[in-house]
Amino acid sequence: MAEITLRQALQKGLSEAIENDPDVFIMGEDIGAYGGAYAITSGFLEKYGPDRIKDTPISEAGFIGAGIGSAAAGLKPIVELMSISFSLVGFDQIVNMAANIRYMSGGQINVPMVIRAPTGAGMQLGATHSQSFETWLCEVPGLKVVAPSNPKDALGLLRSSIKDPNPVIFAESAGLYGTKGEVSEEYYEIEIGKAEIKQEGTDITLISYGHGIPMINKVSEELAKKNVSSEIIDLRSLSPIDYDLINNSVQKTGRALLLDTARKNGGVMAEIATNINEDSGDYLDGPILRVGSEDVPWPYNRKLEQHAMSSVPKIMNKIEQGYSL
Amino acid sequence: MNKEDHLDLYRKMYLIRLFEESCGENYSKGFIRGFLHLYIGQEAVAVGSIDSLEEKDYIVTHYRDHGHAIARGLSTNGLMAELFGKETGVSKGKGGSMHLFDSEKNFMGGHAIVGAQMPLAAGFALASQYRKEDSVTMVYFGDGATNQGTFHETMNLASVWKLPIVFFLENNFYGMGTSVERIRSNGKSFSNMAEGYGIPSTIVDGMDVIAVKETTKEVVDKVRSGNGPALIEATTFRFQGHSMADPAKYRESSEVDEWRKKDPVESFPEYIISSNIASKEEIEDVKKSVEDEMNAAVKFATESNEPDLESLSKDVYL
Repeated sequence: MAEITLRQALQKGLSEAIENDPDVFIMGEDIGAYGGAYAITSGFLEKYGPDRIKDTPISEAGFIGAGIGSAAAGLKPIVELMSISFSLVGFDQIVNMAANIRYMSGGQINVPMVIRAPTGAGMQLGATHSQSFETWLCEVPGLKVVAPSNPKDALGLLRSSIKDPNPVIFAESAGLYGTKGEVSEEYYEIEIGKAEIKQEGTDITLISYGHGIPMINKVSEELAKKNVSSEIIDLRSLSPIDYDLINNSVQKTGRALLLDTARKNGGVMAEIATNINEDSGDYLDGPILRVGSEDVPWPYNRKLEQHAMSSVPKIMNKIEQGYSL
Repeated sequence: MNKEDHLDLYRKMYLIRLFEESCGENYSKGFIRGFLHLYIGQEAVAVGSIDSLEEKDYIVTHYRDHGHAIARGLSTNGLMAELFGKETGVSKGKGGSMHLFDSEKNFMGGHAIVGAQMPLAAGFALASQYRKEDSVTMVYFGDGATNQGTFHETMNLASVWKLPIVFFLENNFYGMGTSVERIRSNGKSFSNMAEGYGIPSTIVDGMDVIAVKETTKEVVDKVRSGNGPALIEATTFRFQGHSMADPAKYRESSEVDEWRKKDPVESFPEYIISSNIASKEEIEDVKKSVEDEMNAAVKFATESNEPDLESLSKDVYL
C-alpha cells in the first residue's frame, strides 16, 4: 500500500493504459505542451509523444466528436475536458452521437471512449465553471457516469472505464485532486455500477459521491457525538446506480439522507430518493431527506459561494428536523 | 470506363430513383413513417463519388442518406425493411430513414443533426492516420450544414492534423426551405470557406455522374497519399420537397423544371445510347433487373417481422 493523491492515481491509470494498449490515446485542450489545466497529464507529451497525447484546438464539439469517431473505428480515446461545464459545447456529440450510435445502428457500432472532466464548485470560478453536469448525463441511456471520491476509487474506476466498451463520463471533483489515500500496488479494478459502504451503521444511511463524501464523513462524526450510528454509502457510479446496495442499507437503517453536490433541483439524488421510496417505502421511519446546492447560478463571492454549497450545519439541521435525532 | 462501368453507374442511379419513388409511395400508404427525405435528383452525386472509393474507406453522411447507402451497395432488402421498421432492417428497425448503418461496408451512418456528422467523420480519419492505414473518410453534408460550428471546427481540425478526409458538399441550393443566397455571408462559393482553412476545393457538376466520379477519384487519390483534407462541392438539386411534409412553396416551379432538364437518370442512359456505349435493349435490361430488385425489396420488407418487444432494451449497452 502506498499513499498517493487522487491526481497521482489518475496519472498512474492513464500511464498504464497508454503503455499497455496501443489503441489508447489521450486528447484534449492543453493536455500536452501545457501539461493539463489541472496538471493530470503533466510530462505525458514528453514521455509518450504527440500521437498518443494529442493537443486539440479549443473546439469541444470538434474533438469530442473526433474522439467518438475514432472509438467507433476501434480506438480507445480518453478525452479530457477542462471543465464539465464545457461539455455543453459538445453536448450534441456526447448525447446524440456517443450515447445513441450503438442503439440506432442496431448494435453494430460501439463507442469505447472515456470523457474525463473536472466538476464541482468551491473554487470561486463563477457561474460558468462551477457546475456539476454529471447529473444531467445520468438521464441519457447509453452513457455510463462515474465519480470517484478518493485515490483508490479513481484508479479502479479509471481502469474499468477505459476497458468498458461503452462511452463513460468520468467526473473528477476538482477540489479532490490533492486528496491523499492508500492505493494498492496490486492490480485491481472497481466495477462500474457498484457503490461502496464506507462505514457500517444502524440508524441512518448517508449517501453521496465525489466531494460530497468528505462532508458526509464529518456529518457522521457529528452524529456519532449524539450516539447516532450512520452507514455511509459512496455511490461511485451515478449511472448505473447500485440500487440493491442502497435499498438493503435503507431497509436496515430505516432512514436516509442524500447529499447532492450539484444543485438540488433535478439532481441525481431526486432519482435515488424516488427509487428508495418505491422499493423501501415500508421500511422508512420518516421522510427521505435530501440536501443539495442552492438553486441559483454559482456566485463568485466566496461567502455567497460557500452559502450556496451544502455544509455540515445545513445537513445536520436537515437531519435534526427530519428525524428528531 | 468500359460498357459495364457505364451500365453499373446507370443501374445504381436508377435503383436509387426507384427506391426513393417506392419510399414515397409506401409513405403515402402508411408503411413508412417519421421524417422521410428523398434523394431524387441528386443520384449522380452519391453514385459518382462512392464509385471512386475503396472498400476500406469510411463513409459518414447526413439524414438524406438512402442514396449513399444504395451507392455503397447496402442491400435494398435491408434498407427497405429498415424504413418499414422491421427487424430485418439494416439497423434492426431501430434507426429509421435518417439512421442507416452497415459497419461491414464501413457505412457509418446516417446522422440527423445537421453538421454533427462532421466531427465524427474526422474521428474515423484520425483512426486511419493513427494506425497508419491509407483509408480515406468521405463525409457528406449539405449547404445548410456549412453554417454549423461543427463544419468550421472540423475543417480546422482536419487541416491542422492533416487528416485523410474528403469533405463532400452536396449543394442543392436549399437548406430545407432557405435558399443559399439568403444565408451565405460572402455571397460567393463555398470554396472560399475551405481556402480559409488551407483546404483545397473543387467544384463539380453534380448532375454529371462521370464528372463527379472523375473529380472525386482525383481528389481522393491526393488525400490518400497524405496531402491532408480536401473539399468537393457538387452542385445539384432535389426535385422534391425537403421531406414528404414539404410542398416546396419557397421556390418557383420553373427553377425545378430547369434542373429537371439535367436529370441524370434520364440524360445518362441517353448519353450511353447515343454514344454507342450500350444499346437501348441493354438499358432496358438494366431497368428490368432494377425493377425486379425493388419489387423484391418491398416484398421482403412487407413480409419481414417487426422487432420483438424484448429488443427494446437490447443494443444500448454492450
